[in-house]
Amino acid sequence: MKKLELSPHFTEEAIEIEAGKRKKYWSLEKVSEERWIELSKEIASGKWTLFGLWGSPQKVNMVLLDESQSKLQVIELETPLGKFPSVAIEVPSAARLERTIHDLFGLIPEGSFDNRPWLDHGKWQLRFPLGNILPPDEQKPYPFFLSEGENLHQIPVGPVHAGIIEPGHFRFTMGGEIVVRMEERLGYTHKGIEKLFFEASIERGAEIAARISGDATVAYSYAYALAVEEAMGITPSPRAVWLRALMAEMERMANHFGDIGAICNDAAFPRILSRCAVLREKILRFSKDFFGHRLMMGSIVPGGLKVDLSKEGKENLYRLLEEINEELCSIKYFYDSKNSLQDRTVGTGVLNARSAKLFGAGGFIGRASGRNFDARKCFAYPPYDKLSFESPLLEAGDVNARVWIRILEIEQSSFLIEQILNNLPSGSTLSVIKESKVCGQGLAVVESFRGDILLWIEIEKGKISRCHPRDPSWFQWPLLEKVIVGAVVADFPLCNKSFNCSYSGHDL
Amino acid sequence: MKSYFLKNIWPRMLTEKIATEKESELIKLSEALQGVCRKKLGRSLAIREVDAGSCNGCELEIHALNNPFYDIERFGIRFVASPRHADLLLVTGPVTKNMSEALKRTYDCTPIPKWVVAVGDCAAGCGVFRQSYAVMSGGVSDVVPVDLWIYGCPPSPIDLLRGLILLMEQ
Repeated sequence: MKKLELSPHFTEEAIEIEAGKRKKYWSLEKVSEERWIELSKEIASGKWTLFGLWGSPQKVNMVLLDESQSKLQVIELETPLGKFPSVAIEVPSAARLERTIHDLFGLIPEGSFDNRPWLDHGKWQLRFPLGNILPPDEQKPYPFFLSEGENLHQIPVGPVHAGIIEPGHFRFTMGGEIVVRMEERLGYTHKGIEKLFFEASIERGAEIAARISGDATVAYSYAYALAVEEAMGITPSPRAVWLRALMAEMERMANHFGDIGAICNDAAFPRILSRCAVLREKILRFSKDFFGHRLMMGSIVPGGLKVDLSKEGKENLYRLLEEINEELCSIKYFYDSKNSLQDRTVGTGVLNARSAKLFGAGGFIGRASGRNFDARKCFAYPPYDKLSFESPLLEAGDVNARVWIRILEIEQSSFLIEQILNNLPSGSTLSVIKESKVCGQGLAVVESFRGDILLWIEIEKGKISRCHPRDPSWFQWPLLEKVIVGAVVADFPLCNKSFNCSYSGHDL
Repeated sequence: MKSYFLKNIWPRMLTEKIATEKESELIKLSEALQGVCRKKLGRSLAIREVDAGSCNGCELEIHALNNPFYDIERFGIRFVASPRHADLLLVTGPVTKNMSEALKRTYDCTPIPKWVVAVGDCAAGCGVFRQSYAVMSGGVSDVVPVDLWIYGCPPSPIDLLRGLILLMEQ
């Protein structure tokens, strides 16, 4: 096994003292309407990146990211009149978030150009479930954007898709074989998660958070735990801090293997799918044997972890990593040496750097299109501040680049897990909570396999009063509409798979 | 390139050794499933999976049934792309109100005779999403008749295999 180098400031003592203490990287600013509008213009000018936008019964919040300073600014605007100035006029990535705010809270984004409902399909038997509840409106058909022209025809796809995937609707407008426009309609998996969080206990909140998106269950529980710990002033045990990152990296590897296999399968090359599926299954079986659940669902809780990694588990994980590293070499070789496969992936579904930056696309989608943002690097939450790793970056922005980012990320995750295993602090994984605040606000950003998850929580009298999880897919879905234009419809599954956006995490 | 050919001539078997309890359980299950499948269906069961608002956890495990460890196709059980081709609907999720119509229509499209298997705790009774304004009150059975429930959050591939045998033995 190769010798690992650790970052220069790494010492054993440093782990013990600093572990668990997370630097606060955000600040809250209450603003007037004028300042809100000014800030929207600043986002459009590129000074900030829009990182989140959500409503509450009496206010709206916006999170702005300053990448150069690694800082987040949480903006709060009171809405006594039930409306707020639209951000989407200046910032296109805010459009669907604003439509959601209207659907859930009834707050009106003033000046917005798209007033169609988003999550509300007229089936809930009520309107504005989180605001002032009103009886349902008369149900109207959803107006898709019109594309008019000679010989254009439409292909409706979904919500029940052909594969074993989540539900959503895609409306293609075709000129012959070429896609002229694709419009998404989501919201089919809307389960009312934000309302379920309301007045939930911390334990119940953890159960819900673990089920926001099953493929990123570790990342969501991780973000939830960090946000609650910040709000209540709890310090997690040092061992848990390190093991959480280990689990997050295992989840990343498992999902990336699943994705790489599925992309190759959609390009009619099932051999890589089989190879990747075997590795994925081995990771899941390891999780079952040593963490008690194949997807590690519900293992991370505020205060630490419900499980621990035994000595035997540690040894097995070393062996599994060796096997993964070896197999990955052969998968890389296969992938790179098959012309028929490259023919499908290279140059397909190109996302340019400008769009990736404009929408603040995270994860492999952003990093395959030259947007160098990784929450683990940017906010360096423990233990990532003590670990050395690279965040792979490519410029091409095509399906091929997104596959390569995944392959390179698996290598880095494997490297990270090795470092964590070598330096795992001892002790209990669940810290004893001596005293905690019963009221507070917390914000956490965690890099899931898909990109940055933002989770905001407000706690009052020991109960959750507001919790908003923002999935990375919010800023990735709209870009899928863009990359498919001009391609043949047969390339859509390939593009969709290479994006692999979440439906459940998005619809909540 | 040479090593690639050599590897293909003498491939390492992915089949597992009969070592642990779990693995022998898988072998027992697969033998049982093979017997039942042959007898009842003559090597053919077509499954259409419908996600009615799950968190995607159940889908991941259903996907795993296709991997080389479980390889469900060896029993003649296939996942098909259209309900028109299906004998069985595998429904996951608490059934969100936004999906209830699509689920009903998918069921109506499936030719008779047909089975419905509700997969996961959500499908059985909405799981953690119970009492939300956006989901049906009692899971899948509120919308379509259910023949079998497979519990778990999510159920493991072994649980799914066991469920399918149970259904066919009925």
